[in-house]
Amino acid sequence: MHWPGGYGDKRIEELSRLLTVSFFAALFASGIRLAIPIFLAALGEIVTERGGVLNLGLEGIMLAGALAGFMATYYVEQSANASLLPLAPWVGIAAGIVAGMAMGLIMAVLAVSLHTDQVIASITLVILGQGITTYIFRQQFGSLTARITGFETLPIPLLSDIPFLGEVLFSHDIMTYLSSLILIATAYFLAQTTWGLNIRAVGEHPAAADTSGINVTVTRYVAVLIGAGLAGLGGAVLTVAQLGIFNENITAGRGWIAVALVIFARWRPGLAFAGALLFGVANALQFRIQALNLEVIPYEALLMLPYVLTILVLLRKVNKSEAPAALGTPYVKE
Amino acid sequence: MSTHSLTQPIVHMQGVVKRFPGGVLACDQVDLELYPGEILALLGENGAGKTTLMNLLYGLYQRDAGHIYLRGQPVNFRSANDAIAHGLGMVHQHFMLVPTFTVAENMVLGQPSPRGPLLENRRTVAQRIRQLSEQYGLKVDPEAEVWQLSVGQQQRVEILKALYRGAEILILDEPTAVLTPQEVDELLIILRGLADDGRSIIFISHKLQEVTSLCDRVAVLRDGRLVGTVQTAETDRHQLSRMMVGREVLLRMTKQPSAPGKVQLAVRDLHVQDNRGLPVLRGVSFEVRAGEIVGLAGVEGNGQRELEDALGGLRNVEQGQIILAGQDVTNRSPRDIFTAGLGHVPSDRYETALLADFSVADNLVLETIDQPPYTRSGLLNRTAIADNAKQLVKAFDIRPAAIDAEVGNLSGGNAQKVVLARALSHQPKLLLVAQPTRGVDIGAIEYVHQELIRYRDEGMAILLISTELDEILNLSDRILVLYEGEIMGESTADTADVETLGLMMAGTRVD
Repeated sequence: MHWPGGYGDKRIEELSRLLTVSFFAALFASGIRLAIPIFLAALGEIVTERGGVLNLGLEGIMLAGALAGFMATYYVEQSANASLLPLAPWVGIAAGIVAGMAMGLIMAVLAVSLHTDQVIASITLVILGQGITTYIFRQQFGSLTARITGFETLPIPLLSDIPFLGEVLFSHDIMTYLSSLILIATAYFLAQTTWGLNIRAVGEHPAAADTSGINVTVTRYVAVLIGAGLAGLGGAVLTVAQLGIFNENITAGRGWIAVALVIFARWRPGLAFAGALLFGVANALQFRIQALNLEVIPYEALLMLPYVLTILVLLRKVNKSEAPAALGTPYVKE
Repeated sequence: MSTHSLTQPIVHMQGVVKRFPGGVLACDQVDLELYPGEILALLGENGAGKTTLMNLLYGLYQRDAGHIYLRGQPVNFRSANDAIAHGLGMVHQHFMLVPTFTVAENMVLGQPSPRGPLLENRRTVAQRIRQLSEQYGLKVDPEAEVWQLSVGQQQRVEILKALYRGAEILILDEPTAVLTPQEVDELLIILRGLADDGRSIIFISHKLQEVTSLCDRVAVLRDGRLVGTVQTAETDRHQLSRMMVGREVLLRMTKQPSAPGKVQLAVRDLHVQDNRGLPVLRGVSFEVRAGEIVGLAGVEGNGQRELEDALGGLRNVEQGQIILAGQDVTNRSPRDIFTAGLGHVPSDRYETALLADFSVADNLVLETIDQPPYTRSGLLNRTAIADNAKQLVKAFDIRPAAIDAEVGNLSGGNAQKVVLARALSHQPKLLLVAQPTRGVDIGAIEYVHQELIRYRDEGMAILLISTELDEILNLSDRILVLYEGEIMGESTADTADVETLGLMMAGTRVD
């Protein structure tokens, strides 16, 4: 068909530029990468919520982890000692986890010890995270554009040479590989260890746990701290392993998406990974299409994609029995 | 028994005092002795301090004064874990089982595992559970998830859990409240077997019959004080009830034969779903006539709550019809149903009937607050609201007689009187009363029962939903039994016997 000078030709041409194997390989590879920070935060939140505490403050915790990770890496890299250089990103990752746990401690004191309303306590955490990271970043770096090297890409020998799959699965930085181990470890922890059982028990029926001799307060602290540590890790991965920079509000809603993912995943670690991939690929897609500079879809619309997806995900009817029964309820001994 | 003077008590509580914040003295200088191999009943009304006393023994509360000796040694349990480690086990009234866990997971919860941080091998645990359940006739599947089990089975899991943790002293808090008569019999046999095996049991109850048939000795509590301890063999139910209440109680209501009039409520082939979308009422049909009390018996969770909700307009009817005073009210709004003539005394007083932080006066006009005389030209008429309250508080003897008191501060019995007063003040065609005496002290129970019979005699149609079989037998002219959403059969007040009702409550159809 011919439409002289028509719009149709252009569209077909654009689409054919899109649909190549290398396009999809790059799309999925970057989808996985983009999924990791959200996934880690959602995984942490699953542990926390299984313990009966609703921590909506992931956005703030991720920001704290992102800045702590960035700054720790930056200062180690800037220190003259070259032998420390390979350690720098690891210091950053550790700092991110610690910063996340520090935020988690605030949440735990408010929600577990003081029985504060958990929604309000965790929203305080978001505001605190946004405020404090902005303040520290501006105070330390001002308008300076600071960069860190962070982790290098670490293609796995042989495996990364497999066509297509090699690029998608085996050409990432170390944190991406480690995340799959963290997934397995967390799922195993919840299902097979005494502490995992205790956490699930205090989330379902704290009084039963209490009468069985489990310290509900301590167990919930642990659940909140693990969750916040993982969210902090997610933030640190974003800056240290992926972007190499820090901006104000660099997480751009990832913490909130992670909260939504937990519901989508029905509080199961494996499903959270799948859900995070969905968001990652959607996000990657919007980057790619932006880069291709297509005229048919305005890039502003593509920017919405992950957020629209969040809304769609939340439309799924959640069966109430899937949520931990004591979620969001402080435990007060009668 | 005289042998007791020779043996040392396994548990000895001496002068135990517990005061709750706010000054309530829940236990006042209580002395209690439990001997090895005996079943001791702890008898008392709701709020007499039975559960508090046992929570003190079990380490869930800390006592303010007094001593507790275990096998002669003074003990001071800081937590349930301490108590468990010393061979105590408690079966709580509300089961302390995690519904989404398997039986085996519930057993090992809070127990140290031989595999360190990893949970103990599933098969080993299951094996040990099977062994225990065979030994004591407590049959359960270790791999079943608790929510799938019946209430009776869940209770067995609770007992097994205590035994699994090596309990020699078992405390059971009102264990029969949720069971059918047959399940009660089975439980009593199991408990007797455990006592014969040398375990000591404290059996908390307010049911005289079980206490006299099961227990060796009875300790009676009233208002936090120990009234006395008697040998079961040397007492009778009348003496016990006198000790429990402080005066003689009418163990059976006397009432005139009913004179049923026209049909005020007709339920036809009613189908309703529960919150999970599963069918919970499956073709229920019955009628209630003016001047009669129809009692709906059954073990809790067989569709009573959903039937109550459907009749009150709080739950969607999938199929079938509800005709109230000649008017089809199926799937109409609660307001329409109220206008058609329903007086509702809900089973969950504080969830569906009352606003706990509102005053007695406001609660007494909740349904009609928007109508004259309480509202005129969009403004509340405080005088009319207060007048109504004064009149009802007086007529129903609501205490304290302060119309400004917050309902949440009233006792269970007085809160129930507020609900009843409000429902009756609208002169309903049909009075729907669900679990009217739950959490209500015995004096108020008598009052509520007398009121219900009085209104019946005046020609009101009353549907009584209750899990207390005694209450059903005392009040009803006709008795229906609900089991898994179906009516199992009907009997009249004169012909009803506990045996047959029990069979129906356990799912046997009797015509």
